[in-house]
Amino acid sequence: MTLITQILNGLQLGSVYALVALGYTMVYGIILLLNFAHGDIIMVGAYVSWIIMAQLGLSPVLAVFMSILACTLLGVLIDKVAYAPLRNAPRLSILITAIGVSYFLENGAQLVFGADAKVVPAYTDINTIEVGGLSLSFTAILTIIVTAISTIVLTILVQKTKLGKAMRAVSEDMGAARLMGINVNNTISFTFAVGSALAGIGAVLYSMAYSQATPTMGMMLGTKAFVAAVLGGIGSIPGAVIGGLLVGFAEVFVSAIGLSTWKDAVVFLLLIIVLIVKPTGILGRTMNEKV
Amino acid sequence: MDEENNTQEKRPYITTNSPEETAKGEAPEHQKAKPGRKTLSMPKRYIINTLLTVVVLTLGEAMIDGGFITRYGATVLEQVGVNIIMAASLNIATGYLGQLPLGHAGFMSIGGYSCAILFMNLMPAFGLNARAVATGSPMAILLLVICLLFGGVMAAIAGIIIGIPALRLKGDYLAIITLGFAEIIRVVMLNIDSVVGFELTGGAKGLTGIPSYTNFLDTFVVVAIVLFLIHTMMKSRHGRAILAIRDNEIAAEASGVNTTYYKTLAFVVSAFFAGIAGGLYAGCVGVMMPAKFGFMKSIEILVMVVLGGMGSMLGSVLSATVLTILPEALRAFADYRMIVYSVVLILVMIFRPQGLLGTYDFSMSRVIERIMNKDFPWKKKSAKEVEADA
Repeated sequence: MTLITQILNGLQLGSVYALVALGYTMVYGIILLLNFAHGDIIMVGAYVSWIIMAQLGLSPVLAVFMSILACTLLGVLIDKVAYAPLRNAPRLSILITAIGVSYFLENGAQLVFGADAKVVPAYTDINTIEVGGLSLSFTAILTIIVTAISTIVLTILVQKTKLGKAMRAVSEDMGAARLMGINVNNTISFTFAVGSALAGIGAVLYSMAYSQATPTMGMMLGTKAFVAAVLGGIGSIPGAVIGGLLVGFAEVFVSAIGLSTWKDAVVFLLLIIVLIVKPTGILGRTMNEKV
Repeated sequence: MDEENNTQEKRPYITTNSPEETAKGEAPEHQKAKPGRKTLSMPKRYIINTLLTVVVLTLGEAMIDGGFITRYGATVLEQVGVNIIMAASLNIATGYLGQLPLGHAGFMSIGGYSCAILFMNLMPAFGLNARAVATGSPMAILLLVICLLFGGVMAAIAGIIIGIPALRLKGDYLAIITLGFAEIIRVVMLNIDSVVGFELTGGAKGLTGIPSYTNFLDTFVVVAIVLFLIHTMMKSRHGRAILAIRDNEIAAEASGVNTTYYKTLAFVVSAFFAGIAGGLYAGCVGVMMPAKFGFMKSIEILVMVVLGGMGSMLGSVLSATVLTILPEALRAFADYRMIVYSVVLILVMIFRPQGLLGTYDFSMSRVIERIMNKDFPWKKKSAKEVEADA
């Protein structure tokens, strides 16, 4: 019984990490940017849910849609304002800009909402569901299903549609894609929109599980999700899911054996070991540097 | 502060005409000292800079003794010194080596804890009490030097352990792996007491009761020495190898630079000085808490380096000074400070990606040489001189 609960917990946490990691992987795959602000987009999504449900008293369904919409718009806005002017700048400059954006969102949220945690009300009244005599957490099941559907939809989007083809072309070679008549800037914006929409879904699922929003919640979540993306092999959709589940299970397992204070260290240790053994991650492709 | 900070690229013909290099006669034509141009010999340059440093330190000390600077002001100045060392040492890895480590605060915490714990444990052996430490007896200064070096060495060892796997990776991977290591260090500092079985770091409540073993003078003597060492290292063969790796790693490797060795060297030196800064910080603040050395601290130091100009020592020193004093002066606006920080960071990256000063560095000797040669920027060059320049 406890084993099943723990596995379910691991799957739930891992699914949230996987969703966020997918956003990282997509943005990194296309413009090679470690989008530090990605975690903070989730934080904004959680606050939007809190405003709509706790402050305005509106329906949870609206909260879910508004959170996802707000995250999507924010992601595109960040790209247009902060990253687009730096398309041809050195990588270090864009990375530092991303840190600046992340810093801005965190401190902005702290200024507007205060440093204390806000309680996000429950989205649904259903707590547990009975499956074959076992009572399982409803949010956990929902999280796993939503993540699975999102991953499948994303894979179809990237592999089967015209836009997905454009995304893959831009990530392969931006200059050649432009010569082939692909609108590179729109494709990148679209990638940000998709990644941020996934972050919005992640925000809803995260606040469903932990029911609180704090200005700095995005930092650790984002960092660990990036770890997950790197573990699985950055740029790879199945890799992000594998990495997310791995990180989630590692955390739940370490907490279960009574070492919860060490769980952050274990996640990063896992990353370091994987990177030393296979520097491109579990499913990553080797990229040769052009001279 | 008044260390001689020569430029790296802009005017090599002024700064590299030390006796050895001109004697070799290998320098290209345009790098040779122009005939008839008066130059300062290296010993004279060192004497001038040492004198200037001594004057500034004496002046500062006199102002504190005379009460022009309050006790609180002196503490802020010590923190300025700590941040100068932090920024200048991160600048080695960021500005000169061209990597982006995000775990500099981790090295600072290792150095700080090592230095403070050793100091507190060795105090009885040196026959010192807190009072003797605060007044600065010769034994206390000896112990301080030993402990600072110990802190630096511990941080350097951590730098080797982190650097060897991390430097195999590039760019973002290096950033994230150093961030990860700094988090591991923080978690270890938080939980190590339960592993070793006795009170070592004090866990979340922190290491308290650290005697205040530093003062303005100690701190800034260390600052001057650290800046001097970094400067001389960057002017040496090793420094040029590091700059070559920054400019083009593949070309540097093809030219026979052992890139792995020099990357690790730069990284470890950077960690060593961060450890020393941590030791000074522990003495200045008196409490070490793991929470103080999180990701935010690393970012704060990175902001100093980036704003000042990556690869400019003067930039690091100036922005560390301004960004430490400004928040203290603007306590009333503390809520908006971080927002302003982040907006400034984004704007600087968009409009001036090389930082406010770029790679410009100030050199006292260069100014004096210009005065000796009556070569002022506002003076029009005569036709003959223009010809000689070309």
